[in-house]
Amino acid sequence: MHEVAPEEQFASMEQQADVAAFGMWVFLATEVLFFGGMLLAYAVYRGSFPEGFAEAGRHTKIVIGTVNTVILLTSSFTIAWAVHLAEKGWGRGVAVLLGVTALFGLVFLGLKGVEYYQEWDEHLVPGLNFQMEGPHGQAVQLFYFLYFMLTGVHGLHVTIGIVLVAVMAVRAWKGAFTKDYYTPIELTGLYWHFVDLVWIFLYPLIYLVGRSG
Amino acid sequence: MTAATFTDKPAVSVPSYLMEEGSTLRSWLLTHDHKRIAILYTISITLFFFVGGAAATLIRLNLVTPQGIFEPGTYNRLFSIHGIVMVWFFLIPSIPNTLGNFLLPLMIGAKDLAFPRINLFSWYLFVAAGLLALFAVIAGGVDTGWTFYTPFSTMYSNSYVILAISAVFVSGFSSILTGLNFIVTVHKMRAPGMTWYRLPIFVWSNYSTAIIMVLATPILAITLALLAAERLLRVGIFDPALGGDPLLFQHLFWFYSHPAVYIMILPGFGVISEVIPCFSRKPIFGYKFVAWASVSFTAVSFLVWAHHMFVSGMSLYAGLVFSLLSYVIAVPSAIKVFNWTATLHKGWISFNAPMLYALGFIGLFTTGGLSGLFTANLAADVHVTDTYFVVAHFHYIMVGGMVSAYFAGLHFWWPKITGRLYHEWWARVAALLIFFGFNLTFFPQFILGYLGMERRYYAYPPEFQFWNVLSSAGASILALGYVLPLFYLSWSLVKGQRAGANPWAATGLEWRTSSPPPKHNFDVTPVVTRPPYQYRPEPEPQDA
Repeated sequence: MHEVAPEEQFASMEQQADVAAFGMWVFLATEVLFFGGMLLAYAVYRGSFPEGFAEAGRHTKIVIGTVNTVILLTSSFTIAWAVHLAEKGWGRGVAVLLGVTALFGLVFLGLKGVEYYQEWDEHLVPGLNFQMEGPHGQAVQLFYFLYFMLTGVHGLHVTIGIVLVAVMAVRAWKGAFTKDYYTPIELTGLYWHFVDLVWIFLYPLIYLVGRSG
Repeated sequence: MTAATFTDKPAVSVPSYLMEEGSTLRSWLLTHDHKRIAILYTISITLFFFVGGAAATLIRLNLVTPQGIFEPGTYNRLFSIHGIVMVWFFLIPSIPNTLGNFLLPLMIGAKDLAFPRINLFSWYLFVAAGLLALFAVIAGGVDTGWTFYTPFSTMYSNSYVILAISAVFVSGFSSILTGLNFIVTVHKMRAPGMTWYRLPIFVWSNYSTAIIMVLATPILAITLALLAAERLLRVGIFDPALGGDPLLFQHLFWFYSHPAVYIMILPGFGVISEVIPCFSRKPIFGYKFVAWASVSFTAVSFLVWAHHMFVSGMSLYAGLVFSLLSYVIAVPSAIKVFNWTATLHKGWISFNAPMLYALGFIGLFTTGGLSGLFTANLAADVHVTDTYFVVAHFHYIMVGGMVSAYFAGLHFWWPKITGRLYHEWWARVAALLIFFGFNLTFFPQFILGYLGMERRYYAYPPEFQFWNVLSSAGASILALGYVLPLFYLSWSLVKGQRAGANPWAATGLEWRTSSPPPKHNFDVTPVVTRPPYQYRPEPEPQDA
């Protein structure tokens, strides 16, 4: 265990931790708006082309989507557990749980890749190989454009999250955190929960709405 | 203001921030000091100000004759460069990233911003964005205007749209990071005793600006990303020919860009609220009203965006609502203007250069604001939409207002930032040139717009020539006014008289430390015991 001193602009470690946590919340507020723009576009076009979006929704891979939802929710559980152990100063336990979280993240991305591959095979990628006949072809293309933007940006966030979580796992294993100093773990947890939360919005919008009636 | 807790020290007792880390290029490029980063920003935006200004000069030159001088395509590129550079690379960062960066920690008694490394990173993002923008200009420019309206920008324009929007995209992240830093700093880094109602109005204004930066800019980023995808992949997210909706682009764009107008004016309000009390030797009138007016600007700014789209084919009922909400913006504006005027009332006024700029600001901002009521009115807007009336309106706010405020602040805090006094006589000359040059440039444009001259065209009917020549003549005076400070301010760096800690006898924590301040701003963290603007002697109430 080594002493951690606050950075020079802060009066105390408490202030530093407080500032870091607040900074992360403000950052997440920015992130909400970042996804908000695309969700608005989705809402507008779903309003304009309800049938096209329903048809597009039926082409989505609901099994993979559902499995991925379960995986991300479980990973939120493991990282929450890691933060809980960090409060108690159990460095090794924290490292293992963070490792498991990162693994879940990787599995999520892997499955997402399989899904993209299948969509490529079915000519559902707008701008590159999209092909669909019928009255709703254009609306389906719009849906898939937004689908790739939304899941692509989300996937980018998952990737950043995995890197963060992995770095924290290594640091925790090496004993960088104590029960008095574990802010980075807490912040990584916040970020990961946010990424999970975004998916909870995406899942019904992508996989469920087209199958509801 | 907190005289009881620490004493004025001689200006040279501790090495200043300009000295302590050394003067190598490396020490500047890797600095975490908010004051040095502010200087880096100042140098960068000055460069962009003159790039944007050069384009404006050429625009005015072209409009001297009805048939124009440049090719139509060249003219389109000129006004696009002018708009993009001035909005994103000068106005948005102008006061927050220079004066705000320098002063925010000083004013609240902090050693630095909350995240110094992120602050530096934000400058590097800005530089990267700026280089992309300059590259786009050199490569051949962009002809979409600063608004990048679809489907022109995605399907038809042959210019460097992707480069230009990448520049704006990256600069947006710089803006978000600065906003984030300011919000956290104001919440968590205030000195003991510095309560919210003891914050200078400059801090309130920059805080309100920061909220807009954090909440509006991501929308612009994602909108530009969608635009880029549409242009590259030819997918119709905004193109009506492919099922997309160009109105959606306008909604998304203005959802950022209208609040961004308040990024471009709120920090100016902050500067004026510091300068007016100091040179009237009176506390600001109605402190809490002025403070909350800034915050209400932020709130209302998110609810008025579609007044840019009254003639875009939006529903009439939406137009009614947005027109009404746009009138609401006049309320906090009026509160500010009335309170500044009331601060002047029975003050002991001196006309130093910062005060001249500030008084000019009040007149120009009020003119710009009142002409905004015309454009907020549905019926009147149909007449003036896309005419020079609108051009004059927003230049009165952004150039007459914000640039005057920037110069007011630059002169007011120049002794604090550099430790030198500028040449007062030349500064006053420049302030007057800018005021008169500005009015001569832009007032004729109100008339032109009302008469029906449309904006964005390289040529115009001959009957408009008189007012256009007048406007261009004014522009040359204005240009002189803008170039002058470059010379006398640079000269003061070498030959200017050394400034004491508080040359204006101003209140505020930043004046309690030496000029230029030491690296960590204060030798001892100040303890605040009184509200701001305790100017003495205050004239006795005469008619109570």
